Amino acid sequence: MLLTYFAFGILSVIALASGVMVITRRNAVHSVIWLIVALFAVGGVYLLQQAEFLFAVQIILYVGGIMVLFLFVVMLVNIDVALKQAQFSRQWLLGVLTAALLAVLLAYVVYNHGQGLNLPAQPLVSMRQGNTQAIGQALYQNYMLPVEIASLLLLVAMVGAVIMAKRKFE
Amino acid sequence: MIPTDWYIFLGSGLFIIGVVGVLTRRNVLIILMSIELILNAVNINLVALSQHFRAVDGQVFAIFVITDAAAEAAVGLGLIIALFRNKETVNADEIDLLKW
Repeated sequence: MLLTYFAFGILSVIALASGVMVITRRNAVHSVIWLIVALFAVGGVYLLQQAEFLFAVQIILYVGGIMVLFLFVVMLVNIDVALKQAQFSRQWLLGVLTAALLAVLLAYVVYNHGQGLNLPAQPLVSMRQGNTQAIGQALYQNYMLPVEIASLLLLVAMVGAVIMAKRKFE
Repeated sequence: MIPTDWYIFLGSGLFIIGVVGVLTRRNVLIILMSIELILNAVNINLVALSQHFRAVDGQVFAIFVITDAAAEAAVGLGLIIALFRNKETVNADEIDLLKW
């Protein structure tokens, strides 16, 4: 039990710290590397909650797919000029203030509204069937139409990405 | 076991970090990465509440969020490449063609 708390603490510290590193690094390649660290930590949090299928999806799809795409584009686009320019926009103070306001709002909603977020700890009982089996059954029974729509979305995104990156329309 | 609140706090923290990144950075690529951070924060909340209520639906939604993230990354990076080819910049505040 103590080990679970320990793992949660380590993982959340890694996730938050590397999140901060992502938004403060000057070089975009470093940001990608730190984002990969953050994604691994979030995957660890999934594993802690017995969501094994999502953990696998996180590693394969996010780290293996999306982040490699990011790395490609960063290296394609990365210009040395951008490293010497100011990294934060002129309205950064306003942005930070807005985010702080949002943080206060979140804390208020979670704690002061009504009786607050009253979620007692519950023991994790593993479902009778495995996690992957449960997700598969939900996806192909209750969520059949959303799956089809998601596949259409991916098709549209694929065509859109090709069109966008093409040299010129003809 | 770890209270569900803690996961929600972790998700909120990651969300706020992502919002700060979106609002303050100039580099469009890092803005896109901050959006990925935000989506991950949402996923943490979805999985935590899915475990809390003993229903697998939250995890199914998390899968849809990951699908969206993949589509968004593909289109967004295509846009960035087109933008870089035309304007030779990746700074968000220099993209002001629509500015009055």
